[in-house]
Amino acid sequence: MSSEVLPQRRTNSRGEVKMPFGRWFREKGWRHLVAVAAIVFSIFPLLYVLSAALDPSGTMVGSNALFSNLSFGNFTELFENQERPFGKWFVNTLVIGLITSALTVFLGALAAYAFSRMRFKGRRIGLLSLLLLQMFPQILTVVAIFLLLNFLGDIIPAIGLGSGLGLIMVYLGGALGVNTYLMYGFFNTVPQSLDESARIDGASHVQVFFRIILPLVTPILAVVGLLSFIGISSEFVIASVVLTDPDSQTLAVGLYSYVSEQRSENWGVFAAGAVLAALPVMALFLFLQRYITSGLTAGGVKG
Amino acid sequence: MSGVSATGTLGTASSQSPAKKPKKRQAPDSVLGTLMKIVLLGIVDAIAVYVLIQLASKHEWLIFGISLAVTLLINWIYLRRGGLPAKYLAPGVFFLLIFQVFVMLYSTYIAFTNYGDGHNSSKEDAITAIQLAAQERVPNSPQYAATVLEKSGTLYLLVTEPDGKAKLGTTGEVLQEVTPSTKSSTGQATGVDGYRTLEFTDLLQNQQAVTAVKAPISDNPADGSLATSDGSTAYVFAPKLKYDAAADTFTDTTTGAVYSDNGKGAFASADGQQLSTGWKIDVGFANFQRAFTDPNLSGPLWQVTLWTFAFAFLSVLTTFALGLFLAIAFNRADLRGKRIYRVLMILPYAFPAFLSGLVWSGLLNPEFGFINNALLGGADIPWLTDPWLAKFSVLLVNLWLGYPYMFLVCTGALQSLPEEVDEAARMDGASAWRIFRSIKLPLLLVSVAPLLISSFAFNFNNFNVIYMLTGGGPRFDGTTYDIGATDILITMVYKVAFGGTGRDYGLASALAIIIFIIVAVISTISFNKTKALEEIN
Repeated sequence: MSSEVLPQRRTNSRGEVKMPFGRWFREKGWRHLVAVAAIVFSIFPLLYVLSAALDPSGTMVGSNALFSNLSFGNFTELFENQERPFGKWFVNTLVIGLITSALTVFLGALAAYAFSRMRFKGRRIGLLSLLLLQMFPQILTVVAIFLLLNFLGDIIPAIGLGSGLGLIMVYLGGALGVNTYLMYGFFNTVPQSLDESARIDGASHVQVFFRIILPLVTPILAVVGLLSFIGISSEFVIASVVLTDPDSQTLAVGLYSYVSEQRSENWGVFAAGAVLAALPVMALFLFLQRYITSGLTAGGVKG
Repeated sequence: MSGVSATGTLGTASSQSPAKKPKKRQAPDSVLGTLMKIVLLGIVDAIAVYVLIQLASKHEWLIFGISLAVTLLINWIYLRRGGLPAKYLAPGVFFLLIFQVFVMLYSTYIAFTNYGDGHNSSKEDAITAIQLAAQERVPNSPQYAATVLEKSGTLYLLVTEPDGKAKLGTTGEVLQEVTPSTKSSTGQATGVDGYRTLEFTDLLQNQQAVTAVKAPISDNPADGSLATSDGSTAYVFAPKLKYDAAADTFTDTTTGAVYSDNGKGAFASADGQQLSTGWKIDVGFANFQRAFTDPNLSGPLWQVTLWTFAFAFLSVLTTFALGLFLAIAFNRADLRGKRIYRVLMILPYAFPAFLSGLVWSGLLNPEFGFINNALLGGADIPWLTDPWLAKFSVLLVNLWLGYPYMFLVCTGALQSLPEEVDEAARMDGASAWRIFRSIKLPLLLVSVAPLLISSFAFNFNNFNVIYMLTGGGPRFDGTTYDIGATDILITMVYKVAFGGTGRDYGLASALAIIIFIIVAVISTISFNKTKALEEIN
């Protein structure tokens, strides 16, 4: 990396050849140094997890010698442990995450369409209430959620405590809110003349929504979907309260149980689980990075 | 990032224009649309009817009424002509009302009760539970020949009464007469179809489970129950505490102590001894009062509140400072390797947040961790166990987690700043630092202020990083609660509600209400300051 950091001879943008080193460093060189420092800070914990996952000793002490011994023992142990079914956690997380984020996007888009395209009584107050409600995170009401699901489980066992379906419904309580707000802003950027002309051609409001608006706002749908998937797959509090049985748990709850006691003993297996849990999310994130960045800044800059 | 400004301007332009359009005639739904509508509404109604029947059979009439009203409302919304906005808003609002608004109200209600371990049901249930829990063998009670059976993991007691009748029961299931499938030579029933009879070795292995089986003799818990200590003879066990319905008191049959309703949801004796099982009652502001006056709670609560603010504020400050610094450092079009730097730098943001805390807890582990052992050559720094170092560690880890986000945001904001101002200032001879401080930073703050506020709000309730890294510890001295130096309000609520040592839902909800109020005050102030709402018109 050092050849990348200190290239001795370069042409700068104005075409001046061989800038003196001092001046080059003041203008640009320090930026490379900063970059390298930031990258080391960023990735050394990640490299450490990877190394711990591959370390055959499986303990925390053993993992300190980075990448000195490599084996996949931790990974096989991860999948062989019957009491802590990692494979099931993975599937549960995927299922709950995918269903919830898909429905979140759909419910949010429906609401955003109404707010963006229709003028009705209570529209302003509706938007305001959404903004206010999202200030109060759901985890604050975790006790009430627990007791509510406990009660619902007596009536409909399928959505009681311990069921993924119940958890999904709880998460859907937050489907409107900041998501709708992001989408609403984006829906507004689609010119209204488009749906008006479709209307004149005889399209119903449903057709306008599905055939005209949704295809045009796909980027924001992808961003909201991805962000909510990432958020839900990391959600610990509500999931830990609702999903009590190891077979029904998600990665966040399950992997925490691995190290909640005896942190240093199970370290290698935990690290292996962490690597497997993180890789798909990180890959997806990097793949869709541009959209996420523009979604964040769009939401941010506009407030 | 050029799309950002375009999005912004387009957004405001079109949101201002429409409004005054004449009432348009809606095109009629297509056949497919109508069919879909019928199917979907049919499914919803089918589920609703099922729920209503269940509610009726459980005699939950209040909830039955509410559910019926909601079902009718949904049908009205989708079956009537017009009212289009409601059709689009209803599904999301339905979940919002139940799982966000209702649970908020319900939390408020719980905050005024003593709901929690030992106080989770009605008084009648508590009386039954007390009678069932405190059982002792009745002296000189008759003996029954007994056999232990097993069916799908549950142990059952099969007893033969002196007159030869066989009865089967288990904990929570009253003894019922059965016809045994096998009998021993003495006439003792030893087996029932569909149940497995436990052999002697099974009995030895499951001794504890066997002695724990208590089969009630009748529906009235005062009659006692049958239990066996050796798997072959059963005796009558009766409640040690006798309930006197007229006086509403319990009397201990061995000591003679009298326990009466103490008005706080429990039975207590004159000298203040309380029976462990109580019931749920309304306690008014007692939970709030406890939070502020109980020496076990009030001191820690203030410290936790203070730290919550400090944590949220310092997290925003540090992540923003580092993110902004890096954004400025990289904000040069001709910087080589910019893209690869950027991708590597935002990796912590892509790493699942709940894992980051756990991974860092390993890195910072004082005994075995990488930082002490490998980086610092075997140093013994108590990163997570010293109160101040633990606070520092939490901030450090949150910096690691949060600065990539601020970097992305600041990069976007910097690139949307106009170039001309910068150039004009440079012509006037301003230094780079002066340009940054007096021009760029104020302009930048205008656009990122709302984000900083929402980041503050997020960190205010940033459960994962605290709970996964330190678990709130190190614990405070002088309190019986599991509260520690790095606990923020939300982790405190979680531990009070679901922690290992006794669950106290009432207190936890009261603490949540206190957080609600704090959040509401902060939001009001910040809304007024930023006028974030101006855009809604």
